[in-house]
Amino acid sequence: MNRLSVVDVARHYGRRKALSQINFTCDAGEIVGLLGPNGAGKSTLLNILATLLAPSVGRVEYGNLIPADGAAVRAQIGMLGHDLFLYPELTARENLAFFGHLYGLGDVAARVRAALDRSGLAGRADDQVGGFSRGMRQRVALERALLHDPKLILLDEPFTGLDQASTRALVERLQDRQRAGCLIVLATHDLDVVDGLLTRALFLINGRQSIDSRSGGSLRERYQQAVAGA
Amino acid sequence: MSAFARIVWVIVKKDLTVEVRSLEILSTTMFFAVTVVLMFSFGLVVDGRPLNDVAAAILWVAIAFSGTLALGRTFERERHNDTLRALLLAPADRPALYMGKLLGILLLMGLVELVLVPLIGLLFNAPVIQQGMLLGLLVAAGTLGFAAVGTLFAAMLMRARSRDVLLPIMLYPMTVPVMIAGVRGTAALFQPTPDAAVAQFWLSLLAAFDVVFVILALWTFEPVMTD
Repeated sequence: MNRLSVVDVARHYGRRKALSQINFTCDAGEIVGLLGPNGAGKSTLLNILATLLAPSVGRVEYGNLIPADGAAVRAQIGMLGHDLFLYPELTARENLAFFGHLYGLGDVAARVRAALDRSGLAGRADDQVGGFSRGMRQRVALERALLHDPKLILLDEPFTGLDQASTRALVERLQDRQRAGCLIVLATHDLDVVDGLLTRALFLINGRQSIDSRSGGSLRERYQQAVAGA
Repeated sequence: MSAFARIVWVIVKKDLTVEVRSLEILSTTMFFAVTVVLMFSFGLVVDGRPLNDVAAAILWVAIAFSGTLALGRTFERERHNDTLRALLLAPADRPALYMGKLLGILLLMGLVELVLVPLIGLLFNAPVIQQGMLLGLLVAAGTLGFAAVGTLFAAMLMRARSRDVLLPIMLYPMTVPVMIAGVRGTAALFQPTPDAAVAQFWLSLLAAFDVVFVILALWTFEPVMTD
């Protein structure tokens, strides 16, 4: 997958419009930020991109694939949600191994070892995730999302609960994935953290896409302009 | 091992590992089922003689109620950390995910029934050993029919705010035929002289329900899980 195209996407819940007329295209190697206040539709859009939600109107294309291609599309997507998609009763190693087997990966044990090393949790690999701090769980969850080397990485508030060192490590990990040719879409409120990391920002205000001028100072200033102009 | 079987196995193994660590679902459903049978036995067994056919009805009431509890808790566990979304994101056949969850629930219900059936025999003087094989098949077929519909509905309702209310409201009317067949078949076996022919008739009906319910659930799981 080298291109993600979102064409006229809208999502309605009954009469409530969560998203309206979203259009954008992005290419491999980009890091796209979905920015906007609470309830703006960021998570809805991420779920649509993850194929977990069907748009009411419009379409999403993943290179030559569409959501109806099912497993072929999902194999290329890695998602880290606000909830971390981990089983607290299982150890870090068991969680990663479970998803490795579920994805049908080869040599799961080696992949899991490498992932645990990268997350800095090799020493706690056999501890139940329920006893981990939020930051540690977030690191395991990120490795779970990236275990199958996805080409499209979707992250919902990935910096929540992370200390400075973990935030820096996550930024470096995302830059590493960017260099590897992955396309990253992340929804966040941590504007100062992602300023300079994003190659593009997409402002969502009340479910509508707002134009990013790409000029006019810091990301925070552009965000404030977008919100004020809505 | 085919991809389908691999996914089913991975999910069953995960569910069992989680359950062995917490014993949460097994203990609650077991206590609930045993309490139901005990309470009915105090009310409906007089001078060591139960009312006609009451043992069969109580067995299936206990299976249905404890099964509903197991279904609710199993999917609550997947909802709590949003792990069902992670399962749905995997490049795995959605029917295989359904089958994995169904097998996990069947194993839990089976363990409860291993205690429940002898307990019914003991407290209601029901001849559970005489036609043990046929009784086992009846209970297994009824449980499969109940759990097949229940797994689909419980997964469907995971995002509904009033899921705990809606699950029994949707599940019980749909599984009435399974419950009736289970009760009548079991009652035939719990007679002083067990009527195997009648039990076999109800068993074949249950098998037909199972085939229909499992096929329908496998067919509809993918569309109902994509909003």
